[in-house]
Amino acid sequence: MHEKTLLEQAQALRDEEVSSVELTRSYLKRIQAHDGSLNSFVTVTEAQALAQAEAADRARSAGEAGPLTGVPLAHKDIFCTRGVRTTCGSRMLDNFVSPYDATVVERLQAAGMVMLGKTNMDEFAMGSSNENSHYGPVHNPWDPERVPGGSSGGSAAAVAARLAPAATATDTGGSIRQPATFCGVTGLKPTYGRVSRFGMVAYASSLDQGGMLGVSAEDCAALLGTMAGFDSRDSTSVDHPVPDYQEELKQPIDGLSLGLPKEFFDDRLDARIRASVEEAVAAWEGQGAQLVEISLPNLPLATPAYYVIASAECSSNLARYDGVRYGHRCADPEGLEDLFCRSREEGFGAEVRRRIMIGTYALSAGYREAYYDRARRVRQLIRRDFQQAFEKVDAIAAPVSPVLPFKLGERTQDPVAMYLIDCYTIPVNLAGLPGLSLPARPVDGLPTGVQLIGNYFDEARLLGLGAAWQREADWHRQAPPGFA
Amino acid sequence: MSEWETVIGLEIHTQLSTRSKLFSAASTQYGAEPNRQACGIDLALPGVLPVVNREAIRMAVMFGLAVGAKIRTPCVFARKNYFYPDLPRGYQISQYELPIVEGGSVDIELQDGSHRQIELTRAHLEEDAGKLLHEGYAGESAVDLNRAGVPLMEIVSEPQMRSPEEASAYMRTLHGIVTFLGICDGNMEQGSFRCDANISMRRQGEKELGVKVELKNINSFRFVERALRYEQQRQVDALESGKPIIQETRQYDPGTDRTRPMRIKEYADDYRYFPDPDLLPVVVDESIQAELAESLPELPQARRTRLIEQYALAADLAAVLVQSRQWADYFEATVGAGAGAATAARWITGEVFARMRKDSTELAEPPVSADSLAQLLKCIDSGVVSNSAAKEVLAAMWEGEGEAEEIIEARGLRQVGAGADLDQWIDQVIEAHPDEVEQYRGGKDRLLGFFVGQVMKASGGKADPKQVSEQLRTKLQSG
Repeated sequence: MHEKTLLEQAQALRDEEVSSVELTRSYLKRIQAHDGSLNSFVTVTEAQALAQAEAADRARSAGEAGPLTGVPLAHKDIFCTRGVRTTCGSRMLDNFVSPYDATVVERLQAAGMVMLGKTNMDEFAMGSSNENSHYGPVHNPWDPERVPGGSSGGSAAAVAARLAPAATATDTGGSIRQPATFCGVTGLKPTYGRVSRFGMVAYASSLDQGGMLGVSAEDCAALLGTMAGFDSRDSTSVDHPVPDYQEELKQPIDGLSLGLPKEFFDDRLDARIRASVEEAVAAWEGQGAQLVEISLPNLPLATPAYYVIASAECSSNLARYDGVRYGHRCADPEGLEDLFCRSREEGFGAEVRRRIMIGTYALSAGYREAYYDRARRVRQLIRRDFQQAFEKVDAIAAPVSPVLPFKLGERTQDPVAMYLIDCYTIPVNLAGLPGLSLPARPVDGLPTGVQLIGNYFDEARLLGLGAAWQREADWHRQAPPGFA
Repeated sequence: MSEWETVIGLEIHTQLSTRSKLFSAASTQYGAEPNRQACGIDLALPGVLPVVNREAIRMAVMFGLAVGAKIRTPCVFARKNYFYPDLPRGYQISQYELPIVEGGSVDIELQDGSHRQIELTRAHLEEDAGKLLHEGYAGESAVDLNRAGVPLMEIVSEPQMRSPEEASAYMRTLHGIVTFLGICDGNMEQGSFRCDANISMRRQGEKELGVKVELKNINSFRFVERALRYEQQRQVDALESGKPIIQETRQYDPGTDRTRPMRIKEYADDYRYFPDPDLLPVVVDESIQAELAESLPELPQARRTRLIEQYALAADLAAVLVQSRQWADYFEATVGAGAGAATAARWITGEVFARMRKDSTELAEPPVSADSLAQLLKCIDSGVVSNSAAKEVLAAMWEGEGEAEEIIEARGLRQVGAGADLDQWIDQVIEAHPDEVEQYRGGKDRLLGFFVGQVMKASGGKADPKQVSEQLRTKLQSG
C-alpha cells in the first residue's frame, strides 16, 4: 500500500481493499524497520494510531466515513497534540505534553485521519538542514550521508521514505518547500492566514504558515481542503472561502501566463538544478502556458530582511520559555535571574540562542530603526514587487534551492552560508504568498525541485499546474532506493 | 514654596469591567482561588494566540468619546518585552506608538469652586500581569495568574496639574467619568482604579521641566494628595539646599505619610517594543463610533447641574449624589416613585449612606429598593411617622422586615392623629377662630399655645403636641 499516493489509499479504503488498521499497522511496521537509520520521528504514537484506525474502520462500517477517514499521516512536532509530547525539536520542551490540540490537528482528526506520530525538525523550526534538533539530525533517504533539508526535515524524509503517506509541516522561510525538494516530495506553503496557526508553536508569527508534504499535488490539495479555513482563535487567519481544491485542479493550463523572474535564475543557482527547473517550465509551456520574463528588483534584499524580522519575532516569541510554568528548568536555581538564564541556556540549542541574540539586538533602543524598521520597509518593497508581477502573470516559476542536498556537517560551521540557501524561498514568506515545491529531474541520484509561486489564495492554481505536470512526469512517484 | 512651581502628570490605570480577559476567554472575576481563572492563553502555553476582546475596545472608545478625544483607527497592539515570573509570555501586550485614544480633556473643579481644564495625552489598552505570592511557600514564591490578562486602560494626562489638590480633583473626575460610563467598577481597594503620579518642581516662570519622580500605585484620592504634598516639600527642600533631584520611582507609605525609593522589579530597562504580529491593527468603524456616541450616558458634571435644576437640590447634596452613578440613579428612582426631592436627597446622603458604610463593602447596592424607600419618605412628609420613628422603620426595612407601611402598623409607630386627620383639625380650629388668627399674624406669638390647646381638644387628646405646634406654625404663617 505504501507505494500508493494518499488519495489512492483513500480509494482503497473506500473499496475495502484494506482496512485502516491494516494500513496503519503496515506504516508502523515500516517506521520500525526504517526509521532507526533516518531518525525522522521524535515520537511514534502506536497505541493512539491503532485506536484511531479502529475508530475509522468502525465509522466506515457505520457508513459515516469521509473522504480521508482512516488514512494515516504524521505531524511535525511543532503542532500541539493533546496528551502527546510536543517537543518542537528542543530540549526546552522535551517534557512538554500538550493539554490541547492545534487547530490543524483537530481538523485532520475530525476528518478521520490517523496520527502515526510526531516528526523530527530543527529546533523551533530554525534551520535549513535539520541538524539543529535536540533529537539528532534526520538523514536524507536518498543518501543517508546527506541532510533532508529543514526545518521540516523529519516530515519530508518520512514521506519520501514512505513511512507516512503525508505529513503536516510549517514554513517560515522555506521550511516546507526546501526539504520537499531535498527529499523529492511535493510540499505546499499556503497563503499566510489560509491555515490557522493556533496550536502551532511560534517561531516568527508574521511569517509562520502551516502546510503539508505529500507525494503528489493532488494529495496536498486533499489535505489543504481539510486544513484551510478561518479560525476565531487565530486573529491572523483569514475569513476567505475555501474552494474545493480537488475540483479546481481540473482547470486547464492552456493560456495561463507563467512568470520567470530573472533574479531567481542568477549565478547562485547550480546549473544542473537550473536545467531541471527549465525542463519543468518547458513542460508547462508544452501544455499551453505562456512564458513571460519578469523582474522582482528588491529580491536580493530579502534574506537579510528576513533574518532581522524572523529573529526579532523569535526573540519575543521564545521569551515564554523561562523555566517557570512548564518546560526545562535548571537544577537548583540561585534566585530568579539564575533560573531564567540557566534554564534558557540549557534548554535552547546554539542556533536558537543565536537568533534570539540577533533579534534582541535588532529590537534594542537605538538599533530598532536601523534594523527592524528598515527590514519591515524592505518587506513592503518585496510585497509590492510581487503584486506588480501578478498584474502581468498568473503564477511564477522558480527554483526552490540553489544547491543540491549537501552532506551532514558540511555547512554547520558557517551560519550565514546556511542562511543564504533559503534565498529563493524566503521572499515568498515575506510577501505572505503561497508557494508549491514539486520534485523535478534528479541530478546524480539526488532530488531537485521546482517552485511555483501564486497570488494570495491562489493555491488551487498552483496545485493545478503541479497536478498537470505530475500527470506527465513521474518524478514524484519515485521512491528512494531501499524505500520503494 | 511660592517661588517654586509644581508640575504634576498622572497615569491612571482603570480595570475595565469586561467579563473575560483582554486576550482570552478566562473570567476576570475578583477573588477566585489562585490560578483558577487562568486558561492556556494566560499561561502562555506553546502555540496559543491572543484574540482581542471586542468589549474592551468598545469601552475604550466610549471613554475617548466621553472626553472629546480622537479615536485612532487603526490602533496597534505592541509587545513590551521583559522577564518576570508574573508575566507568562515574557512580554506584556500593550499599546505603544498607536494607542486607541489620543488627546481629549476633562474639566476639574477645585474646593473653592474654580474650574480648570486638564488635557489628556492618550489612553491605551494593555493587559495586567499576574502576581507573586510570598507567604506560606516555605521561602519560595508562588505565581497566581488570575489577574494576568485582565484588561486595563491607562489614561495619561499632560503635565498640567499645578498642585496636589488639582491632582486629586483630576483623579476624582476621571473616577466619576469611568464609573458613570460603566466601563470600570471604580473599586479602589481592589485596585480597579489606581494611579502613578509624576511630579517635578521648577522655578516660577521657567519653561523647562525639572527632574521628575514617579510615585507608583496610589489607590486613594486622599493618598494621592498627601503623597504629592510630601514629595513637593521633599523636592523643594532638596532644591533649596542645592541637592539634585534623582529621577526615580518612589512609593508612598500612608502609615508614615512619606515616600521612599522603590526597588525596580523588572530586569530590563529597554522594553524592545514592536507591533504584536499575532494581532492585526484594530479598526473601529465610523458606525460603531456613532452608535457608541449615541448611547453615552450622562456624565457626572452634567448630571449634577441637571439635579440642581430639575429638583432644586442644594449644590453640595447634588455633588455627593453624583459621586457615583448608582446613587444618582437611586435618588432619581426614589423621587420618581413619589418621594419629595429634598427629603430623598437628605435621607439618601444621610441615613442610607451611613447604613451602607456600616455594612462595609459586602453590599453592592442598598437592600431597600428606591420604590420602598419612597414609600417611607412619603410617610415622613405627610407626618405619618416622625423623623426618629422613620429611622427605626428604615432599620427594619434594611433587615428585610417588609415595606414601610407594614412596619409602621406592626410596630405602632403611626403618629396618632397624624396625617389627614390632623390637617383637618387644624383647619377647623383656624376657621373657627379668625380673630385670634389675625392677632397671631399681627405678632401675638403667645397665641400659639391657645391654638395647640384647641387642636388637642379637637383630637380628643390623641395628637402629638410637638407635631401640632409645628404644623400650626406653618399653616398660620402661610395663610
